[in-house]
Amino acid sequence: MTSLEATAARYVGARVPRVEDPRLLTGHGTFVDDVTRPGMLHACFVRSPFARARLGRIDATVALDLPGVRAVFAAADLNPGVHEQWYTLIGKDVPDTPRPPLAEGEARFVGDPVALVVATDRYVAEDAADLVDVDYEPLPPVVDYTTALAATELVHEAYPGNLAGALGAPMSEDLAAVFGGAAHVTSATIHQQAYAPVPMETRGMVAEWSGDELTVWSATQAPHEVRMFLARLLGIAEHQVRVIMRDTGGAFGQKVLPLREDMCIALAAMRLPAALKWIEDRRENLLAAGMSRHEHGEAQMAFDGDGRILAAHLDHVQDVGAYPTPWPVGTAMAVGLLFPGPYRVPAAGYRTTSLFSNTSGRTAYRGPWQFESVAREVLLDIAARRMGIDPVDLRRRNLLRHDELPHTNPNGMPYSDMTPIETFEQALGMLDHEAFRREQADARATGRYLGMGTCSYAEPTTSAMAFQGTEGATVRIEPSGKVNVYVAGGSTGNSLETAVVQLTADALGVDIADVRTVQGDTAVTPFGAGTGGSRSGSMLAGAVEESTTVLRERIVTIAAHQLEAAPEDIELADSSARVRGTPAVSVPLAEIADIAYFQPHRLPEGVPPGLEVSARYRARSPLIWANATHLCTCEVDPVTGAVTVLRYIVSEDCGPMINPNVVEGQIAGGSVQGIGGVLYEHLAYDEDGNPLTTTFMDYLLPTATEVPVIEYGHIETPSPGPGGYKGVGEGGAIGAPPAVINAVADALSPLGVEITRLPLTPAAVVALIEGAR
Amino acid sequence: MTVVREIDVEVRVNGAAYRCGVPPRLTLADFLRERCGLTGTHLGCEHGVCGACTVLLDGEAVRSCLVFAVQADGAEVTTVEGMAGPGDELSPVQAAFRDHHGLQCGFCTPGFVVSVTAFLRDHPDPTDEEIRQGLSGNLCRCTGYQGIIAAVRAAAGQHARRGREEPTAAHP
Repeated sequence: MTSLEATAARYVGARVPRVEDPRLLTGHGTFVDDVTRPGMLHACFVRSPFARARLGRIDATVALDLPGVRAVFAAADLNPGVHEQWYTLIGKDVPDTPRPPLAEGEARFVGDPVALVVATDRYVAEDAADLVDVDYEPLPPVVDYTTALAATELVHEAYPGNLAGALGAPMSEDLAAVFGGAAHVTSATIHQQAYAPVPMETRGMVAEWSGDELTVWSATQAPHEVRMFLARLLGIAEHQVRVIMRDTGGAFGQKVLPLREDMCIALAAMRLPAALKWIEDRRENLLAAGMSRHEHGEAQMAFDGDGRILAAHLDHVQDVGAYPTPWPVGTAMAVGLLFPGPYRVPAAGYRTTSLFSNTSGRTAYRGPWQFESVAREVLLDIAARRMGIDPVDLRRRNLLRHDELPHTNPNGMPYSDMTPIETFEQALGMLDHEAFRREQADARATGRYLGMGTCSYAEPTTSAMAFQGTEGATVRIEPSGKVNVYVAGGSTGNSLETAVVQLTADALGVDIADVRTVQGDTAVTPFGAGTGGSRSGSMLAGAVEESTTVLRERIVTIAAHQLEAAPEDIELADSSARVRGTPAVSVPLAEIADIAYFQPHRLPEGVPPGLEVSARYRARSPLIWANATHLCTCEVDPVTGAVTVLRYIVSEDCGPMINPNVVEGQIAGGSVQGIGGVLYEHLAYDEDGNPLTTTFMDYLLPTATEVPVIEYGHIETPSPGPGGYKGVGEGGAIGAPPAVINAVADALSPLGVEITRLPLTPAAVVALIEGAR
Repeated sequence: MTVVREIDVEVRVNGAAYRCGVPPRLTLADFLRERCGLTGTHLGCEHGVCGACTVLLDGEAVRSCLVFAVQADGAEVTTVEGMAGPGDELSPVQAAFRDHHGLQCGFCTPGFVVSVTAFLRDHPDPTDEEIRQGLSGNLCRCTGYQGIIAAVRAAAGQHARRGREEPTAAHP
């Protein structure tokens, strides 16, 4: 089969400039708010100002009198239009939590959409939203999820104890016996605050019903999910819905599934004479686009006298807000399953409990299970200090080596193809750990507080579950010899266009400038699950490989016939097919295409006309494991509480890289989100359930003045997937928080500070120092 | 309900004249996007923090979400669409962003390109500290600013060279 192998990679593995960039740099991208349609109408939601209130009469009389207002919809108008409501990603057989398009009977958080105003422009729609008169009867809210189980008030009447669900079990007797007999036992209850994905582009949708077809322009990670979901929601056929996304301005999990507002816009569009546009504003995004990360856990580990882990248990409790998406109980299970991390842990258990509150619903955020790393890595540092050993040494005794894999963790996770201790040592080497410890000691002698922290994690990427288990690509060589690749897309900054073009150019031996890609239009691309779960690199590589393998075989057959050579002697390179070792004997791809389309009589026997192939890749393994070690050093000012990150090192193993720029960009972006999550970001509520952070003056994102220079180390273990690639999109946001927390804790350890609550704002750090005195 | 009186404004945007009646409350950002069809100017917060809507107003970088269109009457506005050279050649700043992976989703990018262009005009030889300060009014959620800082550093070098070689080539 050598003749069908691609020639040496020219583009894959190289720092190829992105094909997305020229349009985005010049203002010619097409984001959802850039779409206009004839007669297009604009939507604005009326949102509850109360955390919990019984909804009485909704009077739109005055609003409807405002010139330019076309309609005001309440729950009674829109909600009966729902036929089925479930996500393809999760399936319809889970005990899903409620998710009405507009609030019905009761408003359940500040920002809960209670009515939808439609007008000729957004300014008028906002004016009219203020004129909609809603009778609210305030009710006592359940704000603090940590007391929700015992609260007398209920977020949803059908859920006693505000319990959305629980999985796993408290510590078993067997496990308790291991703890009972251990030389050291460390336990700590670690609390993480609510923060959120906060893409720079908010959510948005334009929906247009033609009487036969619904066309939707959406800011989404998964256009085909939006299509299937809306078709079911509206009770129309899948192929009556066309979803288009060209550019989406970041997502990080927030745009992986259609949320309640998206349902409302589609339902309303079915009843309007023109397209309906809704562009969320930032206040709405911070009020109602979802909350993540709000959880705590009692983490426990037992060690032998040499600091070797004997057992681990996590009792995890998470806030799911009022309307979580998707069903939060199943996704929480990953926190428990992954709690043992990339360590030798002989025995473990977990329990996870999901509780409702009258706050914004829990949504996915880049590594939704990252609390497993926060709980484990923070606990390990606490344990090391209590045992009087360097946290680095404790990890060295317990981290798995590459040659110990495959290894199934005690919760059943089948680890493979990872390098935990290897990335750990690489990161320590990049830092010069011993030199840092000397520098730290010298600094302490002069009253300065430096610290270092690490996080090592094992990350399941590229899940082959159901909807995500296959991916298609259509590769079409046009009659001119130019190449188009069609894949489902869902790129929201993930550089999928560049990746697909690199892969295809190498597979067909053509110049990269001759390859373009079409993504994000359900009418023309193959079905695909979009971005999510760090799946796109591996799955798209598989899809391109499947299609180009068939196409290469056809090209080679035609070329061999033309050149009167044996097919096994033909190689594809420089946009031509040529005889290996005799490059002068060649036929340009353009000529092969001309024969395939316009001169079918010149085709060899049995070769079909045209040069277009659609094929689907089926994932070769249930998961692809990636891993990394993050290492952070910082200085803490004990007077002001300010934390300054000094060095930030990431040693990762994402397998071979399709494009190192893209890999590093994903790591950097995720890491800075994690740094922000520890030091700055907090989606905060007061005790009455009023949100306190609804602008960028209150919800603090990291800026260029706070971020460290990120240093990358790369270790390469191929995965079982195509090209050996692994996922890399989420890891940064998983690894960064524990590394930063541990660095601050290490800096403050001489003061007797132990960190178990986040975020580490200056005020919180000062309070910790004062509390330890 | 009283009908809002529209006010005539005349604005030159990227060298082209636009004259129309606008409601007094129409922001410059919406004027550019909806009346001029220049959708490169993006709205990320509408309260003047994120910087995605940055444009040059008579040469000064401003948040177009915080300026009313009527305030731009008689002014010269440059948006990201006006940054590239003739024949779609990327400006030095745009090219540096591309060379250094200074963008991912691209939503914040127009604001960065405009802000950095003004910054480098005023600080042709910035220190790293000045670069970080100069970028601190623009938010990016994808890149962790790594590629952006590298791009500005590179563009600063290129800027200086171009400045010497072709003093009139710098775009506004």
